[in-house]
Amino acid sequence: MSDNADQPQARVTVQPGAQGCAVILAGVWRITAAPPRWAECVGKEKPARVKVVMDAVERWDSSLLLFIFEVQQWCRADGVHCDLEAVPAKVRTLLGQLVASHETSVPFDRSENFLTSVGLATQDAWKKAREIIAFVGECVISAWRLVRMPHKFRWRDCVDEMQQCGAMALPIVSLISFLVGLIMAYQAAVQLRQFGADIYVADLVGLSVVREMGPMMAAIVLAGRTGAAFAATLGNMKANEEIDALAALGISPVDFLVLPRIVALGLMMPLLALYANCVGILGGMIVALGVLQIPPAAYWIETQSIIDLSDVNTGLFKALTFGLLIGLAGCLRGLQADRSAAGVGRAATSAVVTAILLIIVSDAFFAVAFNILGL
Amino acid sequence: MSALNRNHTHNLGPAIEVSGLVCGYGEQTILRDVTFKVARGEIFFIVGGSGCGKSTLLRHLVGLNPPTAGSVRFLGAPFSEADLGTRRAQLRHFGMLFQGGALWSSLTLRQNVALPLEEYTSLTRREIEELSALKLGQVGLGGYEDYYPAEISGGMKKRAGLARALALDPEILFFDEPSAGLDPVTSRKLDELIVEIRAMFGTTIVVVSHELASIYDIADRVIMLEKQAQGIIAEGAPRTLATTSEDPRVKEFLTRGTGKVPIL
Ligand SMILES: Nc1ncnc2c1ncn2[C@@H]1O[C@H](COP(=O)(O)OP(=O)(O)OP(=O)(O)O)[C@@H](O)[C@H]1O
Ligand SMILES: [Mg+2]
Repeated sequence: MSDNADQPQARVTVQPGAQGCAVILAGVWRITAAPPRWAECVGKEKPARVKVVMDAVERWDSSLLLFIFEVQQWCRADGVHCDLEAVPAKVRTLLGQLVASHETSVPFDRSENFLTSVGLATQDAWKKAREIIAFVGECVISAWRLVRMPHKFRWRDCVDEMQQCGAMALPIVSLISFLVGLIMAYQAAVQLRQFGADIYVADLVGLSVVREMGPMMAAIVLAGRTGAAFAATLGNMKANEEIDALAALGISPVDFLVLPRIVALGLMMPLLALYANCVGILGGMIVALGVLQIPPAAYWIETQSIIDLSDVNTGLFKALTFGLLIGLAGCLRGLQADRSAAGVGRAATSAVVTAILLIIVSDAFFAVAFNILGL
Repeated sequence: MSALNRNHTHNLGPAIEVSGLVCGYGEQTILRDVTFKVARGEIFFIVGGSGCGKSTLLRHLVGLNPPTAGSVRFLGAPFSEADLGTRRAQLRHFGMLFQGGALWSSLTLRQNVALPLEEYTSLTRREIEELSALKLGQVGLGGYEDYYPAEISGGMKKRAGLARALALDPEILFFDEPSAGLDPVTSRKLDELIVEIRAMFGTTIVVVSHELASIYDIADRVIMLEKQAQGIIAEGAPRTLATTSEDPRVKEFLTRGTGKVPIL
């Protein structure tokens, strides 16, 4: 309820007298109304004694307590005697409770000196690194169990996830890779036309899509779509004690929840990347036809001549790696989530950031490695 | 540790032996030096005020919180000191009901109860479905087999969680506040079910509860935890404790502050 003008207000009058001043409280004290401020009421005065009188108060609530508390604190700070004799016993009791809880709940100082915070940060980083290593190790052991006992694997969950992260992602992957192919071809067309090298648009688009952009775009879409979903699902399950319920049955959450998801992503990513390649090349082809008047057949023949199987394979290998990394990042962040709604949100965000970071870093690594290997 | 030797297990020592267990989260210690034993086939209650660490103790018992100092042994075999594989193998002989139910939200009630059976038995699909329906029926949820956890009430979740805990006919059952959020009639039926399970299978049952009616009705023995003391402040049969304990905290809790065993 907002306070309107005709609502009775809390009033404070400070009356200087012979033995210090009397603080006369009056009117209706409501916590929802703007409270009077003691500092303003007292002004620059420094009375020797303060006597609080509240006989004229019609109704009061915690706002009055807070005000008297403020007066008390001010008096204590300035060594002024605060006389509460005239205040009803009920108010004095409540005030006593307020003082007690004030004293026990003062927020403790969390600030640390520079060295301590560096030390703590290092410890924290080390702990996080160990968690990641332990998690990856657990996934590997779990994958080994899958190889030895494939019938124990949750194939049904895996197929569900494949549907979710594969088939359902087709529209968005189509759109993004088509547009990326289109943009690249357009940029290339503008430059290459100056040299009359129009047909090389096909080479440029074909190679960069198949080796880089196809897998990369599919991976970034999946990091946002599936990685975040994994983290949110697992984080929510953790908050709900569902993961504890698995553990209390002696079922490993990694076998049960993580591995089916990672396998699903690992299987779907190369397929999606292959599909993204085709759609990207199609985008390039349309720009070539519209802007440079290159017939699709010629474009296709040029594309075929420049791409060989090893280009496609390196792209698909990258896609597989990206898929595993997205799955690992999503599940790890989900399992690390705090048990709260905000924790689940943070886990989803952090899963996307981690996944994209890992994708870019591993792509850079691949660029160097493939160059050295001559692939 | 199967149905075969259940009949002569009483001479094999206690079902649960906890000694010097320290419970807490990270740096924060909630309980220190918890030591108690639970005999086989006993209905054992853990009681105490809200926030004194009952759920925490239960989590430490089944190894959900990282092991700290102290040891836990189940059915004569070391648990807290064993490696993860051994612990997991032991855990399938226990059932646990969580305070919030902790049903798997992506599965229907039937699938929730069926999952432990699928994981640890070689029963056919048909048999598993029969059994899950039976367990859900036992807790009064017949007809709700195909509902998802989000579609049922809090008390029903509790009961479904109980059905899931019973799925593998465990040798030790842990219940975290089974009757919180249930109406008096259902709560009473639940107590009857607990006694029935014990009578049929000789199951050892550990219950966390505030429900005085349940405590006096079915508990063989209780331990009482206390927040300030950070440990056990009383141990014994509930009626004996209520009448003979000198400790005002125990007396107050067990007699609702009246000084007499309440007539329930
Ligand atoms: N995840 C956690 N991290 C840190 N501290 C926790 C956590 N969960 C509980 N605690 C603390 O542990 C103490 C005991 O909590 P616990 O849940 O075991 O109480 P309880 O006896 O089960 O209470 P209730 O009867 O209300 O369920 C509380 O003081 C709580 O602050
Ligand atoms: Mg609890």
